[in-house]
Amino acid sequence: MAQRPRRALPRPTPETQHFWDGTRVGELRLQRCDACAHVYFPPRPFCPSCASRSVSAFPASGRGTLHSYVIHHRPMPGFEPPYSIAIVKLEEGPQMMSNVVGCPQTPEALELDMPLVVEFKEMSEDITLPLFRPAMLRGSEVAV
Amino acid sequence: MKRGAVAIVGAAETTELGTIPNQSQLQLHADAALNALADCGLSPSDIDGIATAGESPVGIAHYLGITPTWVDGTGVGGCSFMLHVRHATAAIEAGLCSTVLITHGESGRSQVGRGGFMRGGGTLMGQFEMPYGPMGPPTLFTLPALRYLKDTGTSLEQLASVAVIQREWAARNPRASYRDPLTVEDVLGARMIAYPFTKLMCCLVTDGGGALVLTSADRAGDFPTRPVYILGGGESVETPMVSQMEDLTRSRAFRVSGERAFASSGICHDDVDHLMIYDAFAHLPIYGLEDLGFCKRGEAGGFIAERNTAPDTGRLPLNTNGGGLSYMHSGMYGMYALQESVRQLRGCAPAQVPDCKVSVCHGVGGMFAASGTIVMSNEPS
Repeated sequence: MAQRPRRALPRPTPETQHFWDGTRVGELRLQRCDACAHVYFPPRPFCPSCASRSVSAFPASGRGTLHSYVIHHRPMPGFEPPYSIAIVKLEEGPQMMSNVVGCPQTPEALELDMPLVVEFKEMSEDITLPLFRPAMLRGSEVAV
Repeated sequence: MKRGAVAIVGAAETTELGTIPNQSQLQLHADAALNALADCGLSPSDIDGIATAGESPVGIAHYLGITPTWVDGTGVGGCSFMLHVRHATAAIEAGLCSTVLITHGESGRSQVGRGGFMRGGGTLMGQFEMPYGPMGPPTLFTLPALRYLKDTGTSLEQLASVAVIQREWAARNPRASYRDPLTVEDVLGARMIAYPFTKLMCCLVTDGGGALVLTSADRAGDFPTRPVYILGGGESVETPMVSQMEDLTRSRAFRVSGERAFASSGICHDDVDHLMIYDAFAHLPIYGLEDLGFCKRGEAGGFIAERNTAPDTGRLPLNTNGGGLSYMHSGMYGMYALQESVRQLRGCAPAQVPDCKVSVCHGVGGMFAASGTIVMSNEPS
């Protein structure tokens, strides 16, 4: 019997390995240009703003806001619909896709611009995905 | 590009549209190509330039028996054919070839003889988008929309009205897949695909194809068809990942392509009699109207809901074939938008716009990844 298809997982490349090494140890790593200080994502070994090859990875705060999303209602391997697919605006500037977890997957619970905080979900020995949850839940702030 | 130096002299879609399980994707290209050649009285041996997307131009040229001196395989998604028209116009003007065939065929529904659409796990999209569970365009193309609605105060009802008005156009088109009238309530109450998008805010999935033949305007009189002159065009790309758009409420590719198209053709917005904006999803005509400069920021939803693009009374007839939402959508819809612009300028569209002289045809590729815009007229300048 073939295995049921599972969630698609990333295959890191030499240019992105530091990001996936970071999520495994609980860090959301972005890159900053040493020349012009531009912070960017997704990873690449040069600055997309000024083309300098002198760039450094650093751990981001893990905080962001819910910039936009859809709630997917169709079956998808490895997911239980309905589930959110979101664009998170990170505190440092870049945007990234993720899922918002830890709250009802409804338009009422998923309010645009709500504060989010990263959490890490181990998918395999090699891959840990960065997901996001509301930073404020039922009035009590979740520790970051 | 010199205004009006090149014309579309042949244009046709596949003999059938909809569900075509008895033809491979390659044959859909050929069926459309043979129809377009017959439209202008040419045969494959008259063609010396070939352009296509979705299949290799090598495969299309060989299948049809064409020996080209100019080849364009630009494949940037559904607007590739707008880019082909622009590139072909420049190539004909430069003397690289004299007569170009642009083909499209897609077994989008029946999946006969079709290559895969896989995103390898090692690509940037495979690493940074696919693990979060998007299932193709319905969950990716739609992602920016909530941001747009909130920032501009556009309502879900206005978004739904895009599908309602286009269905009114489709009702006049015998070849349209869906022709029954819709209400805003019907659209909002349809099965939810990816909130806020219901099924009726998403395009069809069908089989079909289309092809165009272009040559220099000074030869246009040799053909039996009414020539459609290329006045100008534009193209651009932004990002393969929708999550990395500079601004979720605007398309940079739309704006760059549109500005170049207007500047190169020398037309202004008031000159436009007919407009096509590639509508894979209901928000795209809204983005298009604003990014092309027909509406101010945040006003396009109201513009459509207030029937400015509707049949009979609308001052800016838009997506007059019914669009990807109601006419047909095989995956790369741009060719069908171009075909409708040609029909309108030839005066033979099922929902003909009276006295139509200038048509703007605007396409998107990927999920706001690419764009191409063509300005056409039935008068050379």
